[in-house]
Amino acid sequence: MIKRSILLGALAAVAIFAAPANAAEGTDRPHRESWSFAGPFGSFDQGQLQRGFKVFREVCASCHSANYFYFRNLAQPGGPGFSEAQAKVVASSYQVTDGPNDQGEMFQRPGRLSDHWPAPFPNEQAARVANGGAYPPDFSVLAKARSYHVGFPGFITDAFIQYQEHGVDYIHALLMGYVEPPAGTTVQPGLHYNTYFPGHQIAMPKPLSDGQVEYTDGAPQTVDQYSRDVSAFMMWLAEPHLDARKRIGFQVFIFLIVLSGLLYFTKKKIWKNIAH
Amino acid sequence: MEGHSTYQPQGKIARWFESRLPLVGLLHSSAVSYPTPRNLNYLWTFGGILTFMLICQIVSGIVLAMHYTAYAPVSFARVEHIMRDVNYGWLIRYIHANGASMFFIAVYIHIFRGMYYGSYKAPREVLWILGVIIYLLMMATAFMGYVLPWGQMSYWGATVITNLFSAIPYVGETIVLWLWGGYSVGDPTLNRFFSLHYLLPFMIAGIVGLHIWALHHVGQNNPDGIDVKSVAKDTVPFTPYATIKDVFAMVVFIMFFAWFVFYIPNYLGHSDNYIPANPLATPAHIVPEWYFLPFYAILRSVPDKLGGVLAMFGAIAVLAFLPWLDTSKVRSARYRPLFKQFFWIFAVVAVGLGYLGAMPAEGGYVIASRILTVYYFVHFLVILPVLGLIERPSVMPASIADAVLARGAKGAAAPGAKA
Repeated sequence: MIKRSILLGALAAVAIFAAPANAAEGTDRPHRESWSFAGPFGSFDQGQLQRGFKVFREVCASCHSANYFYFRNLAQPGGPGFSEAQAKVVASSYQVTDGPNDQGEMFQRPGRLSDHWPAPFPNEQAARVANGGAYPPDFSVLAKARSYHVGFPGFITDAFIQYQEHGVDYIHALLMGYVEPPAGTTVQPGLHYNTYFPGHQIAMPKPLSDGQVEYTDGAPQTVDQYSRDVSAFMMWLAEPHLDARKRIGFQVFIFLIVLSGLLYFTKKKIWKNIAH
Repeated sequence: MEGHSTYQPQGKIARWFESRLPLVGLLHSSAVSYPTPRNLNYLWTFGGILTFMLICQIVSGIVLAMHYTAYAPVSFARVEHIMRDVNYGWLIRYIHANGASMFFIAVYIHIFRGMYYGSYKAPREVLWILGVIIYLLMMATAFMGYVLPWGQMSYWGATVITNLFSAIPYVGETIVLWLWGGYSVGDPTLNRFFSLHYLLPFMIAGIVGLHIWALHHVGQNNPDGIDVKSVAKDTVPFTPYATIKDVFAMVVFIMFFAWFVFYIPNYLGHSDNYIPANPLATPAHIVPEWYFLPFYAILRSVPDKLGGVLAMFGAIAVLAFLPWLDTSKVRSARYRPLFKQFFWIFAVVAVGLGYLGAMPAEGGYVIASRILTVYYFVHFLVILPVLGLIERPSVMPASIADAVLARGAKGAAAPGAKA
C-alpha cells in the first residue's frame, strides 16, 4: 500500500514537472503514419521503395548525397528488388571519376555496381555555396538521425508497441510541413517556413509538388504520396537489413519461447520435492 | 564454503592430472557441489546473467574490433560498413550496443537486490566493494565504447565528461589536456578510448573472478538474510538446483534482450549519434546514455562545477561505504519494516533522478533534481545509520529451513496463497 502511494506520488511529481517542458518545445509533433516496415512482421514494400528511389533520384539527389549507398544495394535482398542487370543500367547512366590511369591522369567512366551514389557536390563548401550557405545532409542514415521528442509516458509505451519510426514520420511530416507562415512571423531571407522543422525556418525550399515525378504503377502523384515513398526509401537506405532483422527476430523468438518452456518444466521437476 | 568438493577423479589420467593441478576439483566444488541456500529467489539469478552479459559483450566486441577502425575521419563510416556490408554485422553491432544497456539493467537489479537483502553486511563487505569496483569499471568501459562510433553524441558526450576533470583545482586543465592528447577531443582521444575500451573488459573479468571467489568463500546471502546453519537442511547443491534455475532465468532475460536487438534496436540510443561528429555544431541537448542519467542529474543539480563533480563521484563512492553506513545487524528487509519502506523510497528517488537527468536543466527540473540529490545522500548518510539504531526488527526464523517450512505451512493452510 505504502509502496503504491510512493510510486503514485512520484509519478504525479514527474507529470507536474514534465508539463511545462512539452509546452516549451513549441514544434508540432509529427503524425504517426502507417508503414509497411513497422511492427514485428514489417517488411519493405518493393513498389514503394522503387517509387521512393525515383523521387530521390529525380528530386533529392540534385542536392543531397548518399555516400554509403552503392549501386549494388539496388539489387540486394530486402531492397527495392531491382535485378542485377537493372542496377547495372542505373549505375552506367552516371559518370564517375576513376584513376589515376597509366598516364597518371584521372578519367571519367560509366558507373559500376561497386561505385557509391555520386555526390552532387565535390565537397561541403561547394554544397554550401550552391545552397545559400546551408549544407544538405547526407541521406545514407538520415532516417535514423532524425527524431522528435515523445516525452513521458509515450516513450515507455513505444518500447512495447515497437515504435521505431520517429525518423520517417518526421521526414514525411517535414516534407508536408511547408505552409504559409502564421501572421506576425517574419521568415529570414533565404529560409522557408515549415511547421515541423525545429525553429520553423528551414533552408530547403519546398522540394515536392503534385505531379512532379511520374509514377508508372498508378500510385497517386501527390506530395503526400511522394513524401511517403521517399521516406520509406530513406528508411531502407538507413537500415538496409531491416527485413532480415525482423525475420530472424521472429525465428529467434520461436526458439527462445520453446527453449524457455522446456527449461521451466525441467526446473519444476528438479525442484519438485524441495521446499523453497 | 570451500572444502565441500566430493569430486573423485575416475580413471588413471584424471587422477594423474588432479594430483598435479586440481582444476576439475575446483570447478566441481564451485559449480556442482557448492551449497546454495534453498530459499534463493529469482533475483539471485542475475549474477549468472551478468556473467553471461560480460562474455556476450567481450565476444561481440572482439568481432566488431576486427572490422572497426579507430581513426576520426573514418570511424563513423567504418561502423556503417559493419552495419551494411559485414555479414550479420548489423546483428553483432546491435547485440553489442544493446548488450551494454542489458548489462546495466542486470547490474542495477543485482545492486538493488543486494541493498534490499543486506548482502553487503559482514562477512560480505569485500565482496560488495569488489562489486562497486566492477560497476565503476563498467561505467568507464561503456562511456568509452559510446565514443567509438564517432557520432555527435559520442563527440559531445566525450567533451562534457572529460571536461569534468577540469574542475579539479590547479591541475584540472593539465589533466584534461593529458586525457585528450590534444587541445580538444579528437583523433588521439578516440584512439586511446578504443585501446582502453578493449582493455577494461578484461580487467572487469579479472575482478569478477575475485568477486566470485569472495562469494564462494563466504557463501551466498539469501532472501531471509540468515546464515546457513546446517548444509544438509538449509542448502541444496549448485548443480542441478541453481544451474537449471539460472539457465531458465537467463533464457527469459535473453528474450527481453532479443526484443531490443531485433525489434527496437535504436530505442535506447540517441538519434543524434547517427550524425557524424562535428566539432563546430553542438547538439541542442547533450544527453548521456540512460544508465548514467541519475548521476548526470546529480552533477547538474549542484550550481558549482567542482561541487557537482564531487557530488557525482561521491554518489558512487558512497556505495563502497554502505557496509558501515548501515548500522543494523539484520540483513534482509523482510525483517526490517522501516528499512523496507525507505528502500522503496530510495528506489523511486534513483529512478526519478534518472528521469530528471534526461530533461533539460531548467525550471522545475532543477529544483526537483536538487531535492532528490539531497535525499540520495541523506538516505546513505543519515537514514541508514539512524535506522539501524531505532528500528525494531520483526521476529526472525531460527534457520533457513525453518523460514522455508514456515512459509510452506502457511501456503498449505491457506490454499491459493502465493508461495
